Amino acid sequence: MRTQALITAFNTIVVREIRRFTRIWAQTLLPPAVTMTLYFIIFGNLIGSRIGQMGGFDYMAFIVPGLIMMAVITNSYANVVSSFFSMKFQRSIEELLVSPVPNWVILAGYVCGGMARGLGIGLIVTLLSLAFTNLSIHSLPMMVVTVFLTSALFALGGFINAMLATKFDDISIVPTFVLTPLTYLGGVFYSIDLLPDFWQAVSMANPILYMVNGFRFGILGVSDVNPFVSLGMILVFISVLALIALKMLSRGKGIRH
Amino acid sequence: MTHALEIEGLVKTYGDGFEALKGIDLHVAEGDFFALLGPNGAGKSTTLGIVCSLVNKTAGKVRVFGNDIDTQLSDAKLNLGVVPQEFNFNQFEKVFDIVTTQAGYYGIPLKQASVSAEKYLKKLGLWDKRDTPARMLSGGMKRRLMIARALVHEPRLLILDEPTAGVDIELRRSMWTFLEEMNRQGTTIILTTHYLEEAEALCRNIAIIDHGKILKNTSKRDLLQELSVETFVLDTELALPAAPELDGFATRLDGEGALEVDVEKGQGLNQVFVQLEQRGIKVVSMRTKANRLEELFIRMVEENAVESRKGLEGVA
Repeated sequence: MRTQALITAFNTIVVREIRRFTRIWAQTLLPPAVTMTLYFIIFGNLIGSRIGQMGGFDYMAFIVPGLIMMAVITNSYANVVSSFFSMKFQRSIEELLVSPVPNWVILAGYVCGGMARGLGIGLIVTLLSLAFTNLSIHSLPMMVVTVFLTSALFALGGFINAMLATKFDDISIVPTFVLTPLTYLGGVFYSIDLLPDFWQAVSMANPILYMVNGFRFGILGVSDVNPFVSLGMILVFISVLALIALKMLSRGKGIRH
Repeated sequence: MTHALEIEGLVKTYGDGFEALKGIDLHVAEGDFFALLGPNGAGKSTTLGIVCSLVNKTAGKVRVFGNDIDTQLSDAKLNLGVVPQEFNFNQFEKVFDIVTTQAGYYGIPLKQASVSAEKYLKKLGLWDKRDTPARMLSGGMKRRLMIARALVHEPRLLILDEPTAGVDIELRRSMWTFLEEMNRQGTTIILTTHYLEEAEALCRNIAIIDHGKILKNTSKRDLLQELSVETFVLDTELALPAAPELDGFATRLDGEGALEVDVEKGQGLNQVFVQLEQRGIKVVSMRTKANRLEELFIRMVEENAVESRKGLEGVA
């Protein structure tokens, strides 16, 4: 395919993905907004006011970056895993497979679709957070780069999960038993300085810790880990997952007999 | 001669060891209207699935308008339009979006895709339904939607897997007319069907596949000439007490009292009417007992089954 045709095919996939999650906005856009507002009210306002400061900031200001990141991670992942698996289930994936779209364009299209939802919800949560606290941005480039790369990484994770899934149960296992615990234990609600040395060391093996802290550094200027190490880790994970996803697409794992 | 499709030594063995295709060869000329016939599980859908990249082949070569799917897959796919057996579109999307999205996958910009989508949705009587979610369409409309989607990028080769399954007779006839028009305009068409009268009415060349092997690949005319005996059913003005004896023809009465006459290749039907006239029997209508192609198809598949059994006994 020529370059212009590749761009058209890529745009078609992204637009279709955006059309899908906006069509079902009550399932995709509204719930995270409601959930995060509850987090802000309960953990930030009610409990946070009794906790005092964390990392040199009000507890509310401390948890906002983590909650934004949590929304971005879960929604980037959820969009791709549910959309791609639904296409497999309905067999509408065959529309793509019979067409001349190269695998890398299919992958890029789905990842960007997932990023569109993740980042869109990240923006909604950020705007909601302004009703509860004042956000001053320490490093806009660090904040933007971290959130974009994290969104891409989890969209890729969602894609691989969808390729491997054979039934609807399979697309909820990873978000429930892997993503949620790692996010909650990834420093969203606390600084790992509070943990004993052993659990601090264990926490360093959690990739989400680096993403939350990289983003928190962008907003607040404080982080439990070196923010550039965070970016490096995210880039390594993205490269590995992208290679795995492309290999699976090329073999037709779960989509071709 | 340019070939729209060339298949050589195509083998497909599934993960469980089942050998769906045992090295088939098939050539479809450009502009042909070609039928691939076979009983359930014969290998039709596997063959077409490999051509359309929905199934990975085990061995063999496939070329679409000279483009090898191993080395020029993108060019091969640009020439292909596919109408699968099962509905495979997003049931929640609107008809127009489904067709224009498919065009987008082929690199066609939305403006151009919209023009093409309008053309085919109008031709297939779906333009009024363009803003309707696909799940709200009737079965026949869904089939036509899949045809519009397959044609939106103007492919040179259209593959239809059971395109009229579950469609009422009137709609089936209108789809035949549409496909014949597409073929006249230069689109090569390959179809699989269980309705053998469909293949007999539409196709110029036919291949019969069974147990992963091509049993026959020839023109419809040559194929039908192989049929040595054809049975005609004659409705007579008065009910016959018994089947009359006719010189050179086997006769019998069917369950409803109509007269069945076997006519061998080379025999004239005139002789039947002359002899009936001599016996004072007046014929008011006549039809063939079964579709001619159906008779031949059943015979070939049965013969193949007997051969397969002999082979197995030999191995045992």
